[in-house]
Amino acid sequence: MKTKLILAATLLATTAVAASAETLRWARAGDSLTLDPHAQNEGPTHTLAHQIYEPLIIRDHSGAFQAALATDWAPKEGDPNVWVLNLRQGVTYHDGSAFTAEDVIFSIERAKSENSAMKELLTSITEVRAVDDHTVEFVTDGPNPILPANLTNLFMMDKTWTEANAAEAVQDIAGGETTFASSNTNGTGAYVLVSREPDVKTVLSANENYWGKDEFPLAVSEIVYTPIQNAATRVAALLSGEVDFIQDVPVQDLTRVGETDGLVVKTAPQNRVIFFGMNQGPDDIANDNVDGANPLGDVRVRKAMSMAINRDAIQKVVMREQSAPAGMIAPPFVNGWNQAMDSSSSTDVDAAKALMADAGYGEGFSIQLDCPNDRYVNDEAICQAAVGMLAQIGVTVNLNAQPKAQHFPLIQNKETDFYMLGWGVPTYDSEYIFNFLVHTRGEERGSWNGTGFSDEATDAKIQTLASETDLDARNATINDIWTVVQDEQLYIPIHHQVLNWGMTTAVGTEVSPEDDPKFKFFTMN
Amino acid sequence: MIGPPLSLKPHMDAAFGGTTDMFGYIMRRVAQSALVLLVVGFVAFAMFRFVGDPIDNMLGQERTLEDIERLRAQLGLDDSFLVQYYRFLEQAVQGNFGLSYRQGREVSEILLERLPATLELAFVSGLLALFGGIVLGIFTAIRKRGVSSSIIMSVSLIGVSLPTFLIGVLLIYLFSVGVDLPFAIPMLWFETEAWSSFGLVWIENTSLGLPSFGRGDVVEIGGWTTGFLTESGLKALILPAITLGLYQMTLIMRLVRTEMLEVLRMDYIRFARARGIRSRVINFRHALKNTLVPVITITGLQLGSIIAFAIITETVFQWPGVGLLFINAIQFVDIPVMAAYLMMISVMFVGINLIVDMLYFAIDPRLRVDRGGSN
Repeated sequence: MKTKLILAATLLATTAVAASAETLRWARAGDSLTLDPHAQNEGPTHTLAHQIYEPLIIRDHSGAFQAALATDWAPKEGDPNVWVLNLRQGVTYHDGSAFTAEDVIFSIERAKSENSAMKELLTSITEVRAVDDHTVEFVTDGPNPILPANLTNLFMMDKTWTEANAAEAVQDIAGGETTFASSNTNGTGAYVLVSREPDVKTVLSANENYWGKDEFPLAVSEIVYTPIQNAATRVAALLSGEVDFIQDVPVQDLTRVGETDGLVVKTAPQNRVIFFGMNQGPDDIANDNVDGANPLGDVRVRKAMSMAINRDAIQKVVMREQSAPAGMIAPPFVNGWNQAMDSSSSTDVDAAKALMADAGYGEGFSIQLDCPNDRYVNDEAICQAAVGMLAQIGVTVNLNAQPKAQHFPLIQNKETDFYMLGWGVPTYDSEYIFNFLVHTRGEERGSWNGTGFSDEATDAKIQTLASETDLDARNATINDIWTVVQDEQLYIPIHHQVLNWGMTTAVGTEVSPEDDPKFKFFTMN
Repeated sequence: MIGPPLSLKPHMDAAFGGTTDMFGYIMRRVAQSALVLLVVGFVAFAMFRFVGDPIDNMLGQERTLEDIERLRAQLGLDDSFLVQYYRFLEQAVQGNFGLSYRQGREVSEILLERLPATLELAFVSGLLALFGGIVLGIFTAIRKRGVSSSIIMSVSLIGVSLPTFLIGVLLIYLFSVGVDLPFAIPMLWFETEAWSSFGLVWIENTSLGLPSFGRGDVVEIGGWTTGFLTESGLKALILPAITLGLYQMTLIMRLVRTEMLEVLRMDYIRFARARGIRSRVINFRHALKNTLVPVITITGLQLGSIIAFAIITETVFQWPGVGLLFINAIQFVDIPVMAAYLMMISVMFVGINLIVDMLYFAIDPRLRVDRGGSN
């Protein structure tokens, strides 16, 4: 019996490990929501689109700009309101038709249309015009120094193909229409869609006619993408050799994967910072036990609360070292981030108690903390840790942890006074953070500002960022705004998330801070 | 002499004399079923408000307040749930379940695409539960005082009490990933019911190479995808089917055992033994036959719940069925998919109950005659 069992087991073990060198079996928690490149502005959707379609400019795995369908780009001499982009020549779509300036105009217009999820990134563009077949000019409503950063997820579709298949309009889900482009593709990318069953399996194969054949490794000839929602199953699939590459490795399994022969875990800081927001605007708030006053309105209370949070303990215990304590709510890649501010958080319970007493809350108060439980890495556990830490300075926190679908509407509808939020910065520029999180909440800006903070001077400064072309002056303004955010303790920064990709040792790649692997950069041994 | 199947619906015996009564009865049941469906829909739509807001998921973080209001208005999310429910019903009776908020595809198309996976899994789990349950049930009944029976009975308690999620993950780690396990296995001889020796087996890798996720390769036949025709499809079924069927199996096992013990005490079994008929014939030909009727009834009723409660198993094994679809729909607040799924499941339950009721109506008198004859 003994020998039989061992024999059977070894036999199977060897078959399980054997895998084709060129096929990459890839799993992550979620699937792309649609193949229409302008219908969703969301991680997994963009990641799949990046293999099939291409934007004018991409970010490589270090986050730096790289030429894709545009070979170079610069503001037009003598007219700061215009960007000139030279397009790559000799690029063809998967159906063989050529990529030209006409496609750029068409794609930008499509991405600016009402049902497009990408339109907010393009609001400054008033016109796109073709100079010739391979040169385009983007006209903006004022100088826009960071326009290229808004184009890195903006995919180029073929005008002829899209029109021939009546997919000019981005899908209008409310209108009950389905479109050809949400289940069919025709891109210029390094991989061609072979088959797709949403939520089950997507197969891509290398594009034989790809323009970058000689520039990139393109070692993966076939990609089999299967979403695996359950974290334990996803890790098991990697351990058993059923997949070669996974995203979203749960922190508790990192050691296990790393110590397994033939597997590695690669880690990099993610473009996402986690923090608490406090509703400091109103004179009184609903979710506390203080009547007629808003303890969060006092900057001393906000500072004290920040000082009560022991970020190192959260990093060690909750995150198992998979985070970097933060002192500002900008990820380190972002223009405007600086070391001094990011390391400014310190834990000092006694000083925090003194500040609370100063502010007249020596006896403490109680407040509800709203927290998601399925959005960020160990989100609920972070909040639980914070509850204990804040209790040390007399702040009794009632934790309300719930799924993201219920959590985020609270911020949206101003129903929370103390909440957790995470923020990624796709443009790699502080303006994006200020626009959404610092500017007074209004129609155009401040849509995620749940703090009630409203300061005309700061708003004015934020608005100048959009069109300031003198980069030094612009950076000085960014620094001024950060100083206000820090001095006012607008938010309580917790940490920067860390990304983990698990893979077999054969797979060669660096971790992209956007969590979007671009397989043309992958090598395979 | 009356067994459970006869006493299940005693009121019907009196109520149905002729075909007119039967027609009236069926019409009444159909009307009741329709009412049940309406109530399920009502409760579902009343609950959707508490699941969350789909807008954030649909628009992404850069959305403006204007976008949010526009989409809310277009989707009619600001209307009261009664209005939303009425709109759903109005469309549903025309066979239109709308578009999934998450995938942007026809809900009916998605459901039809996902249903075969769930039905095949439920079918295999059901078979497994039925045969495993019957075999183990008979075994533990015949050897009711044996050590092996006690072990099986104790292990079955674990099967009932461990959560499905844990069983699934455990099976994956044992048979897909593989672990090194020292096993002290008591070498037990079933014939003598005695411990003969202990053997230490060191299993270097428990993996059987079974897939931990997905359905394997499927073959499409006229819109129905099946995993029965490929090796990887069959392999992929094993672990999820065990996970899903384990609870039902223990249930059936215990039912068979109790029934069997009951039957084995009957006079006709004693007389059979007295006549010197071989125990195999007594156990399987005489006792088992009389045990199976309630088992089949229960299994039929349980099939519905296997389909409905495949959700957890499907999530653990990334099984692309309707259960996984429903979980995704809840997370995304994909109201059209949630509504259609709940309606589909309730139609199924109501349908099964209706069929069972009608079967009783048809079978009842015959059953009585059969029983009377054999006893």
